[in-house]
Amino acid sequence: MMKPILEIKSISKKFLIHHNKQGQAYMSMRESITSVFKRNSSVSEEFYALKDVSFNVEPGECIGIIGKNGAGKSTLLKVLSRITPPTKGTIISRGRMASLLEVGTGFHPELTGRENVFLNGSILGMIRKEIQAKFDEIIDFSGTEKFLDTPLKFYSSGMQLRLAFSVAAFLEPEIMVIDEVLAVGDAEFQKKCIGKMEDVNKNGRTILFVSHDLNAVQNLCRTAILLKDGQISMAGESDAVINHYLHSGSVATNTWTQKADSNHPHFKNIHVNLEGTQPNLKLIIQSGIKCFPEMMPSFIAFDIFSKMGIPLGQAIPKLEPFIVPGNTEIILTTEIELNGFVPGDYYLDAWIGPHFSETYDWQKECIEFSIIDSPQINRTYPHPASHGFFVPPSKLL
Amino acid sequence: MIKLIETEGNKFWRNRLSGSSIFQKFVFQYIKALKTYICPVEYEIKPHQKLNLGLKEIWQYREMLFFFTWRDIKVKYKQTVLGFAWAIIQPLLLMAIFSLAGAALNIPSESLPHPLFTYSALTLWMIFSTGLTSAGNSMLSNANIIRKIYFPRLIIPISSVLTSLFDFLMAFIILIGMLIFYHDRITFDLGKFLLLFPVSIIITVISTFGIGSLLAALTIKYRDFRYVTPYLVQILMFVTPVIYPISIFHFTGAKYILAINPMYSAVELFRSGFNGQMLEWKLVGISLFFAILFFIIGIYYFRKTEAYFADLA
Repeated sequence: MMKPILEIKSISKKFLIHHNKQGQAYMSMRESITSVFKRNSSVSEEFYALKDVSFNVEPGECIGIIGKNGAGKSTLLKVLSRITPPTKGTIISRGRMASLLEVGTGFHPELTGRENVFLNGSILGMIRKEIQAKFDEIIDFSGTEKFLDTPLKFYSSGMQLRLAFSVAAFLEPEIMVIDEVLAVGDAEFQKKCIGKMEDVNKNGRTILFVSHDLNAVQNLCRTAILLKDGQISMAGESDAVINHYLHSGSVATNTWTQKADSNHPHFKNIHVNLEGTQPNLKLIIQSGIKCFPEMMPSFIAFDIFSKMGIPLGQAIPKLEPFIVPGNTEIILTTEIELNGFVPGDYYLDAWIGPHFSETYDWQKECIEFSIIDSPQINRTYPHPASHGFFVPPSKLL
Repeated sequence: MIKLIETEGNKFWRNRLSGSSIFQKFVFQYIKALKTYICPVEYEIKPHQKLNLGLKEIWQYREMLFFFTWRDIKVKYKQTVLGFAWAIIQPLLLMAIFSLAGAALNIPSESLPHPLFTYSALTLWMIFSTGLTSAGNSMLSNANIIRKIYFPRLIIPISSVLTSLFDFLMAFIILIGMLIFYHDRITFDLGKFLLLFPVSIIITVISTFGIGSLLAALTIKYRDFRYVTPYLVQILMFVTPVIYPISIFHFTGAKYILAINPMYSAVELFRSGFNGQMLEWKLVGISLFFAILFFIIGIYYFRKTEAYFADLA
């Protein structure tokens, strides 16, 4: 019996979130000096990106890692590829590992295509002789032989990407760790790359593959691991795991609660559930609303935004003001049909007011939900943002 | 590369050797240890790694070090008309300015011609200043690689120092020319020069590397150091005997303070091969001590914080 090529033993990774620093990963010296004098000046919160994750990888296995955004997939890969250390736990690796968290890492715009192949290859862990031996194949695969001695800055972005992929495709480590790199690039080239990866796996190499493209995971990997909130929620045959993922009470549950108090009518809490399966997804919103005697009759509205902040639509369940004044708290249940929405992350705004031009309470981006499945059953091609956010139901007459 | 997964051949030898003489077992163990040294078959990722220089690992990643250095040298002079000539022009221009100023202000130059006096120190100084500046910024300019790929992080400041050493080699050719040109005006001591020249280079490299890695590690956490480094380099230049000899200070205390500068000993040792002066060993010793101290502090701090560079970059 051979030993597993990778042993992951109860890995945890903790991050401290500083609330007063607006996404600043680094600190200035002033902050660190003043923080010595001011205790508890910054509110920091512990956040576990990974919690007690353990699994073994046998040589020659190809494991797909799936999960929602923020489930800890990328952190797991970063810990595995030694970029960032785990807070707890150990990993034992028994092979040369190459991590492909990005294609074209270290590409320099001033260097020529030829020079960049060597630089990138070496950064990815190939030795010079290896690159020399495979150089012609790499260039052939990328189809950029005409521009070999042109600086990279004059390449089109598609050409840069193809060159980057080609170097990566010829990596031959014992263990290969791949992040969502196939999400970019044209469909034909993607297919070529997946084919290449299959070859690599057939040669007995071990692959760990993170992707949102469930179809690619299903084709490539026999085993899959489902991560949820930094923990392994399921591991096993990839078909079973993917099935579980797609139908695990559908896709998102999210709750928002108002912490502050006000003397206007306002939302107390909002709870959202995605129900049904594609293409008949429904968003069920339960909202608690605090009413006041001196208010005007009001109505509610929900706005849906893409993750990039593009407004996609406004749902108004009832147009005439139906919330009557009174010192009461009411609970409303709203159903929004999400027919044809493509996979992705969305935000929800909740609004209450007596008239379109007057607002009592407007909770911006209070709820985030994600859709995993494509509305088109059996679609393998991902939904690029350039084709919009929903696939209108259509048929041939 | 040696195959990492246990091969059939390996198993065969292990089976054969089990039960054979202790000597054979020893040989097998020795070969196994050697293989592990060249390429680790097994490694562990733990929250806290132990502190050392990590030379073994840097050796494993020597190709990457080579490519980083090669890239930096290539990129530095890309799209310039004069190319590598800039490595010579920069110190030559500074030399022209400083020797004019030195002659005009009548600054002593240890009986050396002013151009030779300043240029000899400037060649060494350029290693230190360009090495320090680029090492300080190196972590930020390579942040995209640090975030995506693992490698011993020390490779980056090392390649900064190697890049500046390459410039030095270019500038050094001119220095040899100058030594020949002024040969009748200087007291050239070949033995002393050949002995002390490598020592001064080593001191320069050690102090550039030590302070450079300290600044690199600090810059990635505190971005203030992006602004501190250029000033530090400028100030250090004026406390290093580049344009004046330390003998212009008559007060011994001032000399001792200036000798804290690691570059003091490098410059003095470098020049002593041809200036015919006696070395002030006490001052050189102080300077040497601080060069080593800064080196140890720099590497220690870098190694201690490097695990989190990817989170901070």
